Amino acid sequence: MAPCLPHAPTSRDPGVRWGDEYDAGQTGMTLTPEDCEVIRLSLKVAIVGVALTLPVAFALAYALARGRFPGRILLDAVVHLPLVLPPVVTGWILLVLFGRNGPIGGWLDHAFGFTLMFRWTGAALAAAVMALPLMVRAMRLSIEAVDRRLEGAARSLGAGPWRAFRTITLPLSLPGVWAGLVLGFARSLGEFGATISFVSNIPGQTRTLPIAIYTALQLPDGEATVVRLALVSVALSLGALVASEWLVRRQSGRAHVL
Amino acid sequence: MSFEVDVSKRLGEAEIAVSFVSDAGVTALFGPSGSGKSSVLNMIAGLLTPDRGRILVGGEPLFGDGVNLVPEARHAGYVFQDGRLFPHLRVRANLLYGAERGQGGTTFDEVVDLLGLGALLGRWPRTLSGGEAQRVAIGRALLSNPRFLLLDEPLASLDRARADEIMAMIERVRDALKLPILYVSHNRAEVDRLAGMVVPIQR
Repeated sequence: MAPCLPHAPTSRDPGVRWGDEYDAGQTGMTLTPEDCEVIRLSLKVAIVGVALTLPVAFALAYALARGRFPGRILLDAVVHLPLVLPPVVTGWILLVLFGRNGPIGGWLDHAFGFTLMFRWTGAALAAAVMALPLMVRAMRLSIEAVDRRLEGAARSLGAGPWRAFRTITLPLSLPGVWAGLVLGFARSLGEFGATISFVSNIPGQTRTLPIAIYTALQLPDGEATVVRLALVSVALSLGALVASEWLVRRQSGRAHVL
Repeated sequence: MSFEVDVSKRLGEAEIAVSFVSDAGVTALFGPSGSGKSSVLNMIAGLLTPDRGRILVGGEPLFGDGVNLVPEARHAGYVFQDGRLFPHLRVRANLLYGAERGQGGTTFDEVVDLLGLGALLGRWPRTLSGGEAQRVAIGRALLSNPRFLLLDEPLASLDRARADEIMAMIERVRDALKLPILYVSHNRAEVDRLAGMVVPIQR
């Protein structure tokens, strides 16, 4: 697979945009500029979605692992909702909340003239919401596995709660944070149902890898596109898994990044 | 007075109640396993809150009469029974973790010499033997500028020769640094050798 670098001019008619119409002549295994647009968009959506979710997921994981407060079980259930709901329903709920007439969407539009509808930012939000439960689960397990007596030892050595968290709890739960990031990233790359029902299928904005593959499947000559994009999906997911494995191995033996 | 302790705490089925006043350099809490000796140390270190009572060390109130200092404000040099080294930090970083409080009566080099830690500084805790880990834990507590020491069975995982050395070291710390030491043990010989006062703890 060729990397998605700027291409030399191809023999294709430059006036045809993918999404309006597929290029029936492109049946090879070389990535087309349209493929590259899909891949770049998918990566952008997944990375922004996961980055957005990371602090929220860690805070929720910490609260669920350590907190003893009323409503904890309810919070746990709400966090897990995107995991068990049909994704289309999650997308519809996002549409109701963030649509131009929705309580949050209407306010965003009114106050900032900002909308998520049919934009890649909406796709990133859908990816973030769908990734949240997986990320929280991974991080929570890791936080629960931290020996709290080590925090007591840190406190007795003069560390305040914040330093004990920063120097003991956080570094010891990093494997779960990495695992959560990878799971969340993979989930975001694969996100389909919530995205398509929330922000539809707009080339260059919300047509991510799975949606592009689905679209190509609907076309009589989309076979080659499906194969190319499917291979890219496999490569990206494998890459993420290998990268995380490498990071965790590197961590467990030597100094931590933080 | 080095230690004035009068606390009680209900932990599940067990009721832990201890009361003693000691002016000895080393005070030993002596009793069988499971009698709550470690819980008493945790209460003095601030890691466990007593149901009632008061704790003063060196005349300073740590708990009781409306006082309940957080652990980091108690300046305890706590050597845990299991060492409790930070697994993600090398020995050197473990030793220096509490050194942010400033140097006490000892320097890093002195402690390293005293405890024979020179060869261990670059190692990870999981590669240490029980005795080595225990020596690092003692060094870490000494380097945290403590006002008193809480030693929870510090010799339990040491061989005989090393245990003798550590006992001599504890005697030196007792005599040179004048730190009040509360020493938990179930070993009569250790207690007889080190302690000026013995507090029996019954189950």
